[in-house]
Amino acid sequence: MTVWLLISCCHHRLGLSPKGGDIPQVLMDVYKPTAAASSKPSPDKMSLSVKNKDTVRAFWAKLSPKAADIGADALCRMLVVYPQTKTYFSHWKDLSPGSAPVMMHGAVIMQGVTDAVAKIDNLTDGLDQLSQLHAFTLRVDPANFKVLSHNLMVVMANQFPKDFSPEVHVAMDKFLALVALALSEKYR
Amino acid sequence: MVKWTDSERSTIQSIFSKIDKDVVGPAAISRCLIVYPWTQRYFGSFGNLYNAAAITSNPKVAAHGKVIVEALEKAVQNMDNIKAAYAELSVLHSEKLQVDPGNFKLLADCLTIVIAAQLGNDFTPDVQATFQKFMNVVVSSLEKQYY
Repeated sequence: MTVWLLISCCHHRLGLSPKGGDIPQVLMDVYKPTAAASSKPSPDKMSLSVKNKDTVRAFWAKLSPKAADIGADALCRMLVVYPQTKTYFSHWKDLSPGSAPVMMHGAVIMQGVTDAVAKIDNLTDGLDQLSQLHAFTLRVDPANFKVLSHNLMVVMANQFPKDFSPEVHVAMDKFLALVALALSEKYR
Repeated sequence: MVKWTDSERSTIQSIFSKIDKDVVGPAAISRCLIVYPWTQRYFGSFGNLYNAAAITSNPKVAAHGKVIVEALEKAVQNMDNIKAAYAELSVLHSEKLQVDPGNFKLLADCLTIVIAAQLGNDFTPDVQATFQKFMNVVVSSLEKQYY
């Protein structure tokens, strides 16, 4: 109850809404608490609403047949558009678009994200081992998770222009941000 | 000084000649307002932004999307000195509109997504790299006059 009062006050001060009840729907989707049944409370981050989870699952089902290609395309774009990310792959002979290591690793990444979709109700516990891998073995700077997420979404928009609507975009953006957060859990 | 290769220049020209400006601008700004709802704080006078459907059909949002693309075209015409071309716009955003510059990147990302959707196979990794370089310069030029 007090959260709503706080939100209403903030909106009032920002001139966003004349009355407490006029909070825009897109904001309510952000602040809505997740379904109590299967998720742990996560008071300190933007949680996925039930609608967000359904949207992510539905869109993921649609792109599943092309998952490996999407992963490879996203990885390739990341290496081209953000050349500093190549520093993590100095052990590969060939970093060019369409090369074997890029194709294979793109598929591996997408398997990880597909797994995350299945564990969407508890990403922190579900991605525990992957987090340990990234924290202690790979030691990828977590800032790069955001970079890869961006490129994954560019590919989604590029290959599914009609399906990657703003509603799907916001759900996917939130989901990938939470995946990144779960992957960062074990870092320090 | 930002350096552009001939290939980068022609890529940027090509992108802006291929996209449907009346679609891209409105689509990008409405996507930004939906995906990053806190950006709505700057559009209190635009009326109904209650949900995604309202935002995408809001005529003021659409009009503003076109204003944005027109400004980007000015940058395309002044690629060798976008900083100078945007000096007044930067002052406007800083002193009058008081926009947190962090939001420029959010809009730039939405533009990238919308153009990726529109250009399909033409939006290759190299084209994406050039477009993002262009948007980085645009964003940096808009931030220049903040103090």
